[in-house]
Amino acid sequence: MTDPVDLREGAVAIDGRPVLRGLDLTVRSGDFLALMGPNGSGKSTLVRAITGLLPLTAGSLELFGTDIEDFEEWSRIGYVPQRPGAGSGVPASVWEIVASGRLGRRKLFRPLSRADRAAIDDALEVVGLAHRAKDGIHRLSGGQQQRVLIARALAGEPEMLLLDEPTAGVDIANQRALAATLQELGSRGSTIVLVAHELGPLAPLVTRAVVMRDGRIVQDGPPLADHGAPHEHHHHDHAQVPVSGHTVGLSAPLEGGQR
Amino acid sequence: MSLAEVFSLPFMQRALLAAIFTGLAAPAVGTYLVQRRLALMGDGIGHVAVTGVALGLLTGTSPTWTAVVVAVLGAVAIEVIRERGSTNGDVALALLFYGGLAGGVFLTGLGGTGAARLQSFLFGSITTISETDVIVTMVLAACTVVVCVGLAPQLFAVAQDQDFARVAGLRVRFYNVLVAVFAAVSVTVAMRTVGLLLVSALMVVPVATAQQLTRSFRTTLTAAMGLGVVASLGGLLVAAFAPAGTKVYPGPTIVLLALAGFVITWPVGAWLRHRQRLTAPFPTHDVPPLDHVDSDAHPHAHGPDCGHVAVRHGDHVDYVHDGHRHAEHGGHYDEH
Repeated sequence: MTDPVDLREGAVAIDGRPVLRGLDLTVRSGDFLALMGPNGSGKSTLVRAITGLLPLTAGSLELFGTDIEDFEEWSRIGYVPQRPGAGSGVPASVWEIVASGRLGRRKLFRPLSRADRAAIDDALEVVGLAHRAKDGIHRLSGGQQQRVLIARALAGEPEMLLLDEPTAGVDIANQRALAATLQELGSRGSTIVLVAHELGPLAPLVTRAVVMRDGRIVQDGPPLADHGAPHEHHHHDHAQVPVSGHTVGLSAPLEGGQR
Repeated sequence: MSLAEVFSLPFMQRALLAAIFTGLAAPAVGTYLVQRRLALMGDGIGHVAVTGVALGLLTGTSPTWTAVVVAVLGAVAIEVIRERGSTNGDVALALLFYGGLAGGVFLTGLGGTGAARLQSFLFGSITTISETDVIVTMVLAACTVVVCVGLAPQLFAVAQDQDFARVAGLRVRFYNVLVAVFAAVSVTVAMRTVGLLLVSALMVVPVATAQQLTRSFRTTLTAAMGLGVVASLGGLLVAAFAPAGTKVYPGPTIVLLALAGFVITWPVGAWLRHRQRLTAPFPTHDVPPLDHVDSDAHPHAHGPDCGHVAVRHGDHVDYVHDGHRHAEHGGHYDEH
């Protein structure tokens, strides 16, 4: 079985400025992987590179064993972008947003098939928003909107789900609902890659934590106990020095010590 | 003049056909423009199309076709500038708008056809539309409607969330250019009905009206198209039945009718939105509220018909009372 993601010596630049350098990352089928690290460490950039939204400036990227240039089975990948702040200028219902997740599997000028409708209903059920299907998306809270975007990705029945900061700005009740959703997916055998600043209720689900700093991967392995802690302050010596508490104001006071 | 007599006049039959098809096509594209927050794009394309019309008048070819070509080129240029996302995108668009308008008036002068001829394109002259023009209008409008309705799922997804659409494997750039091209096509279609300077109104105002009352994209699209037809037909008939001696132009009448529709629905929409905000359930938290605040002595008992808005709050009901919330607790009311 081929690995969903195989990145070798990957580098990404945004407007000519190098953001990621020399990255090697293999996501194996069934991984529940959390990409962690401080702001600006390149987590979201890495996810956007994996989805092809940002081109690699060096290195190679294979998705399910196919070079990304030739990759066409996009329905195998479900992408949940960071929640857009503005919204569109025309009302849209929850059901319509989720239905757009089927597009990768639909032919042009064809109505929704029975399988399409079943997948949409199932996705809404999994995120627990089936009763809000007819409502306008703007009437939902931020955390619920985030769950709608996840349902949209699920509707395409992907093998791998990529989530960019799904917990950012989401209250604890919605984070728990999100964790329940992802647990359900994990048990179905989906591969999950998510970007998170802090794991919160997701911590028990994560089987692999990849910590990034300054565009590089500094740690890759089972999650540390403190990854689940709220308000974690990452600092330079994260990978090397065991951390006790959060009062590390010693070596790099500007980056984590001020509380 | 009776209704039957009006419908028996050949020029009125042509005008009615043009009005129906324009009324369907313009809001169909307009919905996607509004969704992308490009409500004024139709206006820009309209300005550029003026040059196209003038080129047609100057060279003696059909102004409709030269307008289609120039408007499509202009729309694609606008889309390219937009996609580049340069910070001066709106300035670049402005340059294109005014270049198009000035170029059109300039070329008309060179051609010596005079401003009156150009004016019929700027403000519309639906009652002078020729048989060929009606057929061209109908064909182009039908193509626009087929694309906008048939590809609605794809166009909706691309306009809603470009990143997601791209990862879903949709050719985002193709769909963006498609919308731009059909925006240009419907501008030239509506050119004969409401005129190039008012085209954008017929694309945008029915959408703005529809979304006062709708919750989903598909109903917005359908309602906007329906409102477009009502406004176009209504405007034409008002102009036709205007009392003798008064000159009522169909183009502006159509636009004013569309705007009247918005003016009527806006208060209803505002009231619905206000109502939704009031009745939205209050969030329930795992921890009960710490503060137990009794309300002041209360003159009446809250109930289903006390006139105050009742809102669910976890396992009980709050009543919105002068900007604060009352919850019944024993013999008194708590502030929640």
